[in-house]
Amino acid sequence: MQASSNFSLSRAFLFLLKRDLILAFRQRSELANPLLFFVIVITLFPLGVGADAKLLKVMAPGLIWVAALLAAMLSLDSIFRSDFEDGTLEQLILSAHPITVLVLAKVTAHWLTTGLPLILISPLLAMMLGLSPDAMGVLLLTLFLGTPVLSLVGAIGVALTIGLRKGGVILSLLVLPLYVPVLIFASSAVMTTVSGFSASGQIYMLAAFLAFAISLAPLPVAAALRMSLS
Amino acid sequence: MMKWIHRLGSPPIFYRLSGKLLPWFTALFVLTAIWGLYDGLFLAPMDLKQGEGYRIIFIHVPAAWMSLFIYMVMATCGAIALIWRIKLAEVMLISSAPIGAMFTFIALVTGAIWGKPMWGTYWVWDARLTSELILLFLYLGVISLYGAIDDKRTASRAVAILALVGVVNIPIIHYSVEWWNTLHQGPTVTKFDKPSIHISMLIPLLVMAVSFKFYYAMMVLMRARTEVLQRERNSRWVENEILGNTG
Repeated sequence: MQASSNFSLSRAFLFLLKRDLILAFRQRSELANPLLFFVIVITLFPLGVGADAKLLKVMAPGLIWVAALLAAMLSLDSIFRSDFEDGTLEQLILSAHPITVLVLAKVTAHWLTTGLPLILISPLLAMMLGLSPDAMGVLLLTLFLGTPVLSLVGAIGVALTIGLRKGGVILSLLVLPLYVPVLIFASSAVMTTVSGFSASGQIYMLAAFLAFAISLAPLPVAAALRMSLS
Repeated sequence: MMKWIHRLGSPPIFYRLSGKLLPWFTALFVLTAIWGLYDGLFLAPMDLKQGEGYRIIFIHVPAAWMSLFIYMVMATCGAIALIWRIKLAEVMLISSAPIGAMFTFIALVTGAIWGKPMWGTYWVWDARLTSELILLFLYLGVISLYGAIDDKRTASRAVAILALVGVVNIPIIHYSVEWWNTLHQGPTVTKFDKPSIHISMLIPLLVMAVSFKFYYAMMVLMRARTEVLQRERNSRWVENEILGNTG
């Protein structure tokens, strides 16, 4: 116990991050699921709306972003689930370090294992939907800025519903409306680029959302975790 | 000040006081509703472009105002509940949610009915309609989260956190959606220096807005009273209250 209070905050952050990453890599099949979901949803759209290349090209930014939103939402539960079930979360809350920082570490680990793979595979899907190469860069940029926001905001929803047996449906009801601004600005950034204009405004906006979410989202997450464990 | 708030927050005192206030709110609601509806539906002049159809705004606009107002009340109650742990604030929060959802729904439905003759379609993906729809989802999220957690004290805290997160997000969502697409006519009343609505239409509109506020006050007190009784069902004062009322 003496040792834990000597732990500096940054070491605690890195330690938790490393632990979560190792845990995630030991369960590789679970890692792949949201990614497969993402790919399958994108594949379903041409089957549903027709293979018209022009139509798909117009819809591509929105499609990719909606699919990313859903994939991110499906993977949210794993941020706290296993830690909640084996009691680790309780220990984290009891530790000497502020919960907000520990939450940030967990969300970072979650983003690295779910958000980042999503970003890496999206150029392939964007190409299949016929998105132009210069819009591709903007798409990647919006995903880089947007998916961490999804993880952070989603963590609030997970923390609120973690104690529930059937939290899944409620989680989507709580979280998806909050995702609206990210979806709007991200897909609009890509669409603006496709039509040949500069999308810097939307990208700054997404960056602002990210800064806002990093600084504020851990607070309600911490409060909700305390509530869920009380 | 704080002592006074704590006294008011104690369930038995709230129960008695609200019982006294309730008939007043009910009477004020009925009177203002009669005034506002009569003034709006019969006395106010016909609109030049929109004909008689515009009269739905006397329900639509106050309902839309209430939908936002009630969410603000809920967030305020949520903050009070989280900071000072006043039980009554939790009760007020959760009693407000269904009423707010109802007003949001009314605003959406009356908007759709108005939209059919004016815009030629029941629904357009217009900014205000969409953000009102998202507001409805936020309300439904609050209601379903509360319903899903069995322990009502825990549920109240969860809902309080959610309401606060929601209230931070509402402006962001609203302006994102506004920026995304707008067709809706601009606000005609909020410009207080020179409203672009004629005074003969403005008065019934404001009377209806006041009337809806009283309706909300009446409904929220009724719901809160039942909720308080249910939560405190094992306590002495509830027993006295109930026995005193029946025998």
